[in-house]
Amino acid sequence: MSELSGLYALWLREFKVYLRERSRIVAAVVSPLLWLFVFGAGLGSQVTLANVNYQAYIYPGVIVMTMIFSSIFYGANVIWDKRLDFLKEVLVAPINRSTAFFGKVLGGATDSLIQATIIMFLAPLVGVSFGVGFLIAYVFIFIALIGLVGVGLIIGAWMESPEGFSLLGGFVTFPLFFLSGALFPIDNLPNWLAAITIANPVTYGVDAIRGLMLGTYHFGLVVDFAVLSAFAIAMMALGTYSFKRMKL
Amino acid sequence: MNSSVIVDVKNLRKQYGEFPAVDGLSFSIEEGEVFGLLGPNGAGKTTTLHMLATILRPTSGTASINGYDIVRQPSKVRKSIGMVFQEPSSDDLLTGAENLRMHAMLYGVPSPLREERAKEVLELVDLTDRKDGLVKHYSGGMRRRLEIARGLLHNPKILFLDEPTLGLDPQTREHIWKYVERLVAEQKISIIITTHYMDEADRLCDRIAIVDHGRIVVDDSPEVLKRALGGDMVRLTMSNPKLEAIREMPFVKKVEVRDRTVLLTVEDAGSHAQEILAVIGKVDSVELRPPTLNDVFLQYTGREYREQGEEGGYWQRIMTAEARR
Repeated sequence: MSELSGLYALWLREFKVYLRERSRIVAAVVSPLLWLFVFGAGLGSQVTLANVNYQAYIYPGVIVMTMIFSSIFYGANVIWDKRLDFLKEVLVAPINRSTAFFGKVLGGATDSLIQATIIMFLAPLVGVSFGVGFLIAYVFIFIALIGLVGVGLIIGAWMESPEGFSLLGGFVTFPLFFLSGALFPIDNLPNWLAAITIANPVTYGVDAIRGLMLGTYHFGLVVDFAVLSAFAIAMMALGTYSFKRMKL
Repeated sequence: MNSSVIVDVKNLRKQYGEFPAVDGLSFSIEEGEVFGLLGPNGAGKTTTLHMLATILRPTSGTASINGYDIVRQPSKVRKSIGMVFQEPSSDDLLTGAENLRMHAMLYGVPSPLREERAKEVLELVDLTDRKDGLVKHYSGGMRRRLEIARGLLHNPKILFLDEPTLGLDPQTREHIWKYVERLVAEQKISIIITTHYMDEADRLCDRIAIVDHGRIVVDDSPEVLKRALGGDMVRLTMSNPKLEAIREMPFVKKVEVRDRTVLLTVEDAGSHAQEILAVIGKVDSVELRPPTLNDVFLQYTGREYREQGEEGGYWQRIMTAEARR
């Protein structure tokens, strides 16, 4: 009972703080818009992929990009929380470390979900029409976010400085994005690139969302669901471990 | 173990590599007592407090709090204590009331009780009229008060105050002290304070342990410690003091010379000042005062207690916190 109310408290805190930091919401939406309406429109004037306009083709990828960047960099909050004693206030409370970790994950996932939703409302502008697929996509987005926010928090738990976090964060986010099939189909990639792409859990998120929105799959929903769930569970386990070992 | 002992620390140690941050501390605290861990920065006070609060694992030794073992029953220990950290730990994008509500949920305070308890503790620290303001608009002192209120919210048996007035201005410190005194008078609670301010320990604590290099050098009430020095302090600034005659005076307990300063410990200094001045030679200035904990510290550690540059004030850290927004 106390664990549940603790979890709710941690989530509520993140959510309220998020709503009060409007600049963060705006900043997080700007770069996806650039990708969609500058890069996508520019290349889209020449390119069609999988029978859809390029802009529509990368649209699911841009949703995933929003998810990657907002959820990984959410982990930087841990470093600030560590610098102050805010995190100690949470860790000294009579709740489990896994609850503390999961509360943060839920908070970060909620933030990213809101950002993804903002981008999803732009679908008609790039020629993608709303459908039931959008609702099912939410399930996949949520599972992927649990894993991605987990990655961010794990980095945050092990890093000591914000500078170090940005460095490592950048090192993680860009490959996750570029090697996920967000910007191009993964059917005929050179072997080395295909290998990395298949190993990247984000690839399966892109595949699921693109399939649900545009109808073209590479792996199919079952595989996507299985891989994303495994990724989320692994990150939860690693995250709990990291929070237990975290130096305060 | 005495039934009224609420904190019992036995040979607690924390080692970082070769360096013993806390080197075998033992002390106990009775119910209702205000106990101070006093010592310079880096003496191991905060490390000790973190071990007692179960967020740091001791290398060896143990402690029981409210009858629960800090290593084996951390969750029960956590419910028994209220913690006010050294660094700001309230969330500045939440209001005071929201910070309290979140804390209540984290500690499993049943929901019908939450608002009632919040109201009580807010009144105790005079923050009722500001409870719906964002914490980032609070002053340093208000934040501190909010954090004290929050520490009390779940009715702990023991309140931990880690450097409660670090980096606060004198007037605000005075206020915080008043609230702590009010707390002691109105609530049935034991308090552990760590501080490197001598005056703070003297004013608030029933009993203090002076900590230096991770060890307790002495543990008693401030009055007893000061009285044990055996007299008042007479500080003289002069060249060529004639000390032989002074040393023979029966009421002079201790003589110390450092450069041009002579420090005497004198029984009932007021009535003997004339005799001392008559024989010691030409004096540039004289200061006569009752002993302070500073003198006690000097006595037990052999060195002057210096207030090393603070590790960045409370405010500075609040500013750092805001720079990230």
